[in-house]
Amino acid sequence: MKVLFGNERPDRGTIVYDGQPRQIDSPQKAVSLGIGMVYQHFNLAEELSVAENIVVGMEPNSGIFFDKRGAAEVVDRLAEKYGFNVKAEELIRNISVSQKQKVEILKSLYRNSHLIILDEPTAVLTPQETQELFKQLLLLKEGGYTIIFISHKIDEVQAICDRLTIMRAGRVMGTYEVKELTARDISRLMVGRDAVQTIEKPPMEEGGTVLKIRGLSCVDRHGITVLDHVSLDLHAGCILGVAGVEGSGQKELAEILGGLQQPSEGTFELLGRPGNELSIRERRDLGMSYIHEDRMTYGVAREESITENYISTRCDDPDLGGRFLLSGKKEAQLASQLTERFSVHCKSPSVPVKMLSGGNIQKVVVVREMSTNPKVLIASQPTRGIDVGAAETIHKALLAARQGGCAILLVSSDLNEVLELSDRLIVMHGGRITGFFPDVKKLTEEELGLYMLGLAQQSEKELTGLYDDGKGGACTC
Amino acid sequence: MLKKIWSSRMCFNFIRTLLAVGIALGLTLVIIVAVSETPGEAIGYFIFGPLKKMSRLANVVEAALPLVFTGLAISLIARTNIINLASEGAFYFSGALAALAAVQLDLPPVILPAVCILIAALGGIVTMLVPVVIRLRYDASEIVASLMFNYVLFYLGSFLIRTFVKDPASGTLQSLPFNENAVLPRIIPGTRIHAGLILAVLCVAALWLYLYKSRWGYKMRMVGSNHKFAVYSGISAGTAILIGQGLAGAVCGIGGASEMLGMYSAFMWKDLPGFGWDGIIVATLARNNPALVPLGAFFLAYMRVGADIMTRMTDVPNEIVSIIQGVVIILLVAENFLAGWEKKRTFAQATANIKLEGGK
Repeated sequence: MKVLFGNERPDRGTIVYDGQPRQIDSPQKAVSLGIGMVYQHFNLAEELSVAENIVVGMEPNSGIFFDKRGAAEVVDRLAEKYGFNVKAEELIRNISVSQKQKVEILKSLYRNSHLIILDEPTAVLTPQETQELFKQLLLLKEGGYTIIFISHKIDEVQAICDRLTIMRAGRVMGTYEVKELTARDISRLMVGRDAVQTIEKPPMEEGGTVLKIRGLSCVDRHGITVLDHVSLDLHAGCILGVAGVEGSGQKELAEILGGLQQPSEGTFELLGRPGNELSIRERRDLGMSYIHEDRMTYGVAREESITENYISTRCDDPDLGGRFLLSGKKEAQLASQLTERFSVHCKSPSVPVKMLSGGNIQKVVVVREMSTNPKVLIASQPTRGIDVGAAETIHKALLAARQGGCAILLVSSDLNEVLELSDRLIVMHGGRITGFFPDVKKLTEEELGLYMLGLAQQSEKELTGLYDDGKGGACTC
Repeated sequence: MLKKIWSSRMCFNFIRTLLAVGIALGLTLVIIVAVSETPGEAIGYFIFGPLKKMSRLANVVEAALPLVFTGLAISLIARTNIINLASEGAFYFSGALAALAAVQLDLPPVILPAVCILIAALGGIVTMLVPVVIRLRYDASEIVASLMFNYVLFYLGSFLIRTFVKDPASGTLQSLPFNENAVLPRIIPGTRIHAGLILAVLCVAALWLYLYKSRWGYKMRMVGSNHKFAVYSGISAGTAILIGQGLAGAVCGIGGASEMLGMYSAFMWKDLPGFGWDGIIVATLARNNPALVPLGAFFLAYMRVGADIMTRMTDVPNEIVSIIQGVVIILLVAENFLAGWEKKRTFAQATANIKLEGGK
């Protein structure tokens, strides 16, 4: 999509639009060709009015002055024509998310776009707002506009799309008439591994419960429920995989456990202590480690040295120096030990982290989190976007920790990883756990797809296997 | 070893600073040549003037002393990534507090200046933390708060002096003379260099130790470098920031007291003395490294004294120093100055690293 809108350039291939091959090298070019784009995150000036946001760049003028009234009239007429319920005079900061989205669509229409691209437009909308959006999109379709609707929600695609192109990991899996396919077909095409890489792992030696999550929910700042009453138990010596399309609540779950977010509802117990009330430091001191999915924002301080990035979670550790001062010698000892353990490739541990390759930066993060011998490890996308060698090192380390009795919550959108490493697996969709699989070996990818895309949902009773509700008899992880 | 030094980031910054200073000096010379009837003479006084007499070199050290304190304070503040500009007010206010104590208290020598300095340091801590607390507690812009707070401190300080220790004989705002025991002794005969120099050296050492060797200094640097990373790691960011900014306030306070008790015999600042602002220049020159602050302060003081001598001896106005300052600062804070060169170096190193990996 970025290529189509001129934000990124293709390495190869051509774009044929309106019957002619085109070179779209900037968003301006795309707009001039009649392509409009509505991103998931809006690009609007909060302090300006709806009309000003829509006409910006192509303002109606009277002389050298901006014709504000003229702009408002044009926008009101446009909104009325397509049944958009927004007022031209309103300031952007005072209108709702769904109205902002309408403003973005109007912006495209005002620029005479005939092809409008919507990137996950319903992710920020309530069900009612989604219905309203669909009505308007159908109206636009009748008006002769072409709409590309990007979504991983199958029911929505089936509700309003005519034709469908399925993509998986950058590759087109096929283009179909929506009517020809069942939801099951779509899911099968969307979800799957390209090549199965088996990872050897010794049998699980399960211990006691170390993390108890009960009814954890989270509402984001737009008022959307992103995590919906999640309950589970995590046992020592066990890897519980969390599969799901990204944005299904896994990130929020991990951040709540890691202390970066507060839940709106629900509780969790970390090694017998009420987890919500603990500070991040207390959680870490109890034996929790957390590999954040965004390594450059949370995982490292990129300007600082590798050594300094190693000791961030243990800068009060008495082993590293005196009461007030850190011992450079002990720091260096630790640094060379950790660097060797994960074979982090660097000239010396004193170089800034930003000098390393992605895989080695991730190694720095993982070795830091592992080096404290955690009892509970939250591993979010531990090998995303890194080379095979580094990924292998990290997988081995996860398994070694598991052998050592560490309980691991492995959140990953890499199906191979999550299926091969996990002892047990949960699947999330729309903030809820849709499936729990105590034996990953028996799970087929097709089945997994149905749960990932929300086409199947296990009953409460089936899910009670996930946690011990006090009545006993539950098979938990 | 040499190669290692060459490839380090410090080396890059050093070269960048030198180049910025060089360009600014070059520009200054051009201006001097353009405006002066006797450019050779003017340049001679400007560049070598301070070296010609011992007393002039002493002037440079005297002028550098307050800059060391405020430069240190700003270095710490910049590291917390909270742009607190209250150093100017804190310096003035602490000076006023020290003067107040120096007039009012009657204690034996050594003890009296120590008490004055302690009071000033406490005053510095409290005043420096006000904008930070406002920021942390109410999420108000610390820039606006601290900038305005400087004026509050200025009027508060002159109010204290006027109300409690004003010299009735003086027409302007001037305090009664200090208790003689309070005055910091001269440590180099024949000059006005006072015991504040020792304080400055101690502060440089202490802050360097704090910043690079202590646990709290480490925490503060991490918070400043990547706030989210620090919080995720379990570092309490607020405490780390408060400690760092509090220390900055203490140093400012000690500096205000040292300047007041070392250079004056009564309070006679009619206006904000400007050392707080100059501290920003010094910290920028020193790249916020306490160990380099004395160098930055010396450089700035040297230029000022040189310009002073030049003005007295020739027809070039000493405003020329402001031009140098401006150009140096702009070149230094412009992150993109020489950035292309650094990028190339970083890239070359990264590829070298990757090759290293491939080889293994």
